[in-house]
Amino acid sequence: MARFIVRRLFAVIGVLFVISVLTFLIFQVIPNGDPAARIGGQHANAATIAQIRHTWGFDRPIYIQYLKTMGQIFSGTVVSYSQGVNVLASIRRGLPATLSLAIGAGIIWFTLGVLLGVITAVRAGRFSDRALTVLAFIGVSCPPFFLGALAIYYLGYKANIIPLGGYVPFTTSPGQWFSHLIAPWLVLSVLFIGIYSRVLRSTILDTQHEDFVRTARAKGLSERQTLFRHVLRNSMIPVISLWGLDFAQVIGGGAILTETVFNLHGVGQFAADSIQMLDVPPILVITMLTAFFVVLLGAVVDIVYALLDPRIRLSG
Amino acid sequence: MSIERATEASGTEFSTDIPAELIREEEEAHLPPGVGPYELAWRRLRRNKSALFFGGLFVVIVVLCLLAPVYASDIAHTGPNANHITEQIKIGGKLTYVVNTIGLPIGPTWHSKFFLGADFNGRDEAVRLLYGGRNSLEVGAVAMLITMFFATIIGVLAGYTRGWVDGLLTRALDVIWAYPVYILGVALGVSLAIGGIGPLHGNSLLVPAVVIGFVYIPYVAKPVRGQVLGLREREFVDAARVQGLSHLRIMATEILPNLSSTIIVFIPLILANAILLEAGLSFLGAGVQPPNPSWGTMISDGIRIIPASFHLVLVPGIMLVLAVLSINVFGDGVRDALDPRAKVRVSH
Repeated sequence: MARFIVRRLFAVIGVLFVISVLTFLIFQVIPNGDPAARIGGQHANAATIAQIRHTWGFDRPIYIQYLKTMGQIFSGTVVSYSQGVNVLASIRRGLPATLSLAIGAGIIWFTLGVLLGVITAVRAGRFSDRALTVLAFIGVSCPPFFLGALAIYYLGYKANIIPLGGYVPFTTSPGQWFSHLIAPWLVLSVLFIGIYSRVLRSTILDTQHEDFVRTARAKGLSERQTLFRHVLRNSMIPVISLWGLDFAQVIGGGAILTETVFNLHGVGQFAADSIQMLDVPPILVITMLTAFFVVLLGAVVDIVYALLDPRIRLSG
Repeated sequence: MSIERATEASGTEFSTDIPAELIREEEEAHLPPGVGPYELAWRRLRRNKSALFFGGLFVVIVVLCLLAPVYASDIAHTGPNANHITEQIKIGGKLTYVVNTIGLPIGPTWHSKFFLGADFNGRDEAVRLLYGGRNSLEVGAVAMLITMFFATIIGVLAGYTRGWVDGLLTRALDVIWAYPVYILGVALGVSLAIGGIGPLHGNSLLVPAVVIGFVYIPYVAKPVRGQVLGLREREFVDAARVQGLSHLRIMATEILPNLSSTIIVFIPLILANAILLEAGLSFLGAGVQPPNPSWGTMISDGIRIIPASFHLVLVPGIMLVLAVLSINVFGDGVRDALDPRAKVRVSH
């Protein structure tokens, strides 16, 4: 276990390093992407731009710029180029909205995905299975911003059931918080519910033909006991793995489309805004944050695997 | 958020018939001898009515989009970027402004001109829908080809050579994988659109196509590599090696043909996801650049002006969902037909 954690820690550091270098390079190789010109604005003359370039250190070699930015990130003083705000403070401001979105949606899509997966597996081939299959297909074929637009128009403007976007902190008003988030939660969940229910359905159907399930039935367990104690426990592994990675992406700002269409001002929307302005520091911090969560939850998922299935040993 | 992250999962998630393997084995026992695997797959696919229906629907959508110039010149008499903002048209005998005095465009007229209404610049929505579909499908198809081409090469190379080449390629794939799809896509899309390398700049459709094609490489390369790792230990590869065939030749003539069903299965999967990602990137302003239409840019133009003229969101949105849905259902049918127990699956 200790060995596993240490090795994973090194993997985290390695991935974060490569991703930070890659992100830095993507934005530095752009010929017209001179950050000094953007900071200076449209009316800056050559002297001003040269001055900005010098104060921000853009005239230094690229690896020095990289090291300087990374130093600022870890000391918490990194400032965005175009907006001139502290990046970490901005992310901290966006984090409550993103976490609220991720946790609520994560619970919804996991619960409904598992529920629908079990129902369709148990009723495989019947009408309810076919109907839910069609729904799952539609779910994986809908871009979230289109679903979001449908929700805002029909439920927001027409029916007046939900607000038209924005985020209200839980501490300000729990009721408002909930009503502002219910539509984003569902919109973000639709896709994942579609995927998870289908994955679970097929693994349950595969597991049902395993020898240990026959043994469980033969020793007199009821169908319900067999399903929950033996079949489901073994079928959950791929779903948990998917959940860990998807959840990590959403926490790290991966729900860019949902956050933007509902105007939640979360980390994802901050990332989208920064990319539009080719603002390297925020993008660097957010991609590293996401990659960190992806690798971290990857490790957590492996530990949960080992708990669910004693045959799995933790290594590497 | 993309194709397949957990490779342990097995099965064909989107099929409805369960004890299918048993039925199929029985059916296949009655087939005349000498029927090849693709003939068998075709027979299975032919029985899958919903897959055939959606396959047909996709063909109809593609043909309609390819006929965009014909519709534009012979029926609507306007181009996708032609501006009619100050013009008037006759509806039911009376003249109406294409975009009225408070800036609202007309809705669907159900006539040859402005069949589906106009957008805020007074452009014909139906014409833009068809041209936009052509762009969306083109970007998706080119991205899919890029992904499949490089993923196959990387997967075969990594799986066949093993050793340090494999180590290097696998690490590289892992890094792209850990990178959030949308952030990587938007970062590359915006920086290429502004800066650009060679033909990849400005509003060229190649920018989103290359970006999307690049982003999806690991999702195909990893399973391909896994399969090659198994294939290279098989007897026919040993036989080829003993015959003195070069490594390149073994990869091309012994390994590659055995990957064909995996590759065929991934084609619709990547195509559907590429079209969705293009729409997402366009929504964030990093995909197809204006004034070129695409379904994604059209939806996002419409979203910006909600609640006015909601048909500008609905029309391209429904087309996009129909196109992606038809690829997904048909692709699932193909997957079922090729290998009822295939180990790849759709995911977002």
